[in-house]
Amino acid sequence: MNETSTETRAVVVEREIPFPPEKIWRALTQPHLIEEWLMKNDFKPVVDHRFNLRGDWGAVDCQVLAVDPNKTLSYTWAALGLESVVTWTLTPTPTGTHLRMEQSGFRPDQEQAYQGAKYGWQRFFANLEQVLARTD
Amino acid sequence: MPVSHDTLFRALADPTRRALFERLCRKGEQTVGTLTARAGISQPAVSKHLAVLKQAGLVRDRHEGRQTHYSAQLRALAPLIDWTSQMAGFWQSRFDDLEDLLKRMDQ
Repeated sequence: MNETSTETRAVVVEREIPFPPEKIWRALTQPHLIEEWLMKNDFKPVVDHRFNLRGDWGAVDCQVLAVDPNKTLSYTWAALGLESVVTWTLTPTPTGTHLRMEQSGFRPDQEQAYQGAKYGWQRFFANLEQVLARTD
Repeated sequence: MPVSHDTLFRALADPTRRALFERLCRKGEQTVGTLTARAGISQPAVSKHLAVLKQAGLVRDRHEGRQTHYSAQLRALAPLIDWTSQMAGFWQSRFDDLEDLLKRMDQ
């Protein structure tokens, strides 16, 4: 187990959001709202439910792992050969919510895998264009 | 001989080449004819773009009879990609959209 934990990596994004956890929870768990900020989907907040997120570049296969309303939501995230787990944690604060997203389970040897390249495509090319603008 | 970042950047800087490369990423190996049919430019122009991609190591060609098949060599991108930072960028922009949505949502 220890070996596994040292061999995997995580991406963590955290933000203070000026809205209560209940409202954020709706945005994280209602399909028509998820679609507005993430991707088209057939999500249900039910443990073991399998769903897809569909982007213009392909689909992400997911399965719900944990649902603790207004607190924690966790699902697997398998896209183009990369397997990972996405966990959302909502912590109330005096001014709203501390929202934390952790995506974990990448192995270092996947870091440069072509799946990763495909995944970050749009952003990658946006960055590339910026670099090009600077290098000419 | 490793390909320089410059060569990679220049190969990918052109939108037509990028579209060809992305198509090969998505669809797997394709013939020049198939790529031309979708590209909206002449076959010699497609071949010229493919030659630039090949020079950058981004595609590989395989001759079979009279057809030349091209496939994407995504490992060529490896020097440019840090997977975890790409993913972090993806989520940062999702967070931005989530916040925008929350502002629009009813209580």
